[in-house]
Amino acid sequence: MQTKAQLLKQARTQVTELSPAELARDGTSPVLLDVREKQETDAGMLPGARHVPRGFLELRIEEAVADRNADVVLYCAGGTRSLLAARTLQEMGYTRVRSLTGGYGAWKDGGFPVEVPPRLTEAQRSRYSRHLLIPEVGEAGQAKLLAAKVLLVGAGGLGSPSALYLAAAGVGRLGLIDDDVVDASNLQRQIIHSNDRVGMAKTESARKTIVGLNPDVRVDEHRLRLNHDNALQLFEPYDLIVDGSDNFGTRYLVNDACTILRKPQVHGSIFRFDGQATTFVPGGPCYRCLFPEPPPPELAPSCQEAGVLGALPGIIGVIQAIEALKLILGAGEPLAGRLLLYDALEQRFREVKYAKDPACPACGSTPMRELLAEYTEASCAVAPRRGAVT
Amino acid sequence: MSITVKIPAPLRPLTANQSEVVVEGATVQAAVDELSRKFPGLKERLLDEKGALRRYVNLFRNDEDIRGGAGLATALAAGDRLTIVPAIAGGR
Repeated sequence: MQTKAQLLKQARTQVTELSPAELARDGTSPVLLDVREKQETDAGMLPGARHVPRGFLELRIEEAVADRNADVVLYCAGGTRSLLAARTLQEMGYTRVRSLTGGYGAWKDGGFPVEVPPRLTEAQRSRYSRHLLIPEVGEAGQAKLLAAKVLLVGAGGLGSPSALYLAAAGVGRLGLIDDDVVDASNLQRQIIHSNDRVGMAKTESARKTIVGLNPDVRVDEHRLRLNHDNALQLFEPYDLIVDGSDNFGTRYLVNDACTILRKPQVHGSIFRFDGQATTFVPGGPCYRCLFPEPPPPELAPSCQEAGVLGALPGIIGVIQAIEALKLILGAGEPLAGRLLLYDALEQRFREVKYAKDPACPACGSTPMRELLAEYTEASCAVAPRRGAVT
Repeated sequence: MSITVKIPAPLRPLTANQSEVVVEGATVQAAVDELSRKFPGLKERLLDEKGALRRYVNLFRNDEDIRGGAGLATALAAGDRLTIVPAIAGGR
């Protein structure tokens, strides 16, 4: 049997300890592991530290630190729990574990930087509990979502499911650009609107649905047509753009404005039973690299002319929402340089690759400084209007 | 050698509504030529008057954009899949 003092003394012979000053000077950037309890880490953590409470250490360490030869520095409040936790990790085969003497208290008292994790309210913890369970989201990721600003071009077939899921996920600010009003013929697919909203502006109808779904979301209604003169100013405040527009003129304009402002854009488009989705990120290929020119209007019928299966935009719009959430969280691989093709009749997804075009007028070796000329003739809207419509 | 050509919805009116057709061809050009013989009207949708691939249509040999290869001269092997991907803009 060992007393507490004996146990700690023995652990100190087996675990290397380092002081806050030594850790601050350490140029090897070790993995920082906070083994305190949730209510302790709420007050602040070392920047970049991962959190595994000591009570869950053995159960969660392989998820938090997969590499058993990783350089790991453990800390707690005062340096005792982290010392014992480091012993546990050694027993589990971790070869390079150290413990911070004096713990978080000594680090903070020494004037070294700490990071206060954003606080979620109790109501938010409950609402987003299924997100908080995912390591790629967690409280920090949920806070990113709540702070994110996403602009949706079009509150129609694609915009409806995108906006609904982004709102449900807690994206804190959603901008909606649409100049149209709800029509009965929209309701076969535009599920953010409803029968009692026929005649109402789509932006207002969408805002009502979003606010009813999640009061955390602030909605900016932009009841207007996106055009050459307002695009840059409209896009500027947002982190990323979700393009659910319905004509080529708008799509090239969205692309060019995002390229100039260096904002990611999530692209989705639909035709009858076919859907396409991809993500254009700054530095990667853009829409003009993929499709350098729009087809002539007679070959580019709109949904209004060609028809579309009502559930199809649900698939593509939700893929766009997922891409947007991943970009905000910095999780996974975006669909950059990859075009996802969906064929609803065959019920099959395919993926093809595309590359940056060095001669691209938008993002090529001589990048544009201002917006390129608009494709007004190429609009696939039934009555092409001057300026792009959503 | 037989290759499978995947026809997108906007072009299916020209292929008697077939979503996949099998043609013979050692290059993309040869495959497009045979496709055009079988289905009049298709060639104009894929190629411009100079015979170049239209800038709103992409052809992929399996998963790869032929523009990143040898363009229409890209060689095909038996069993390859040629996917025609036109720009579509619908969203509303």
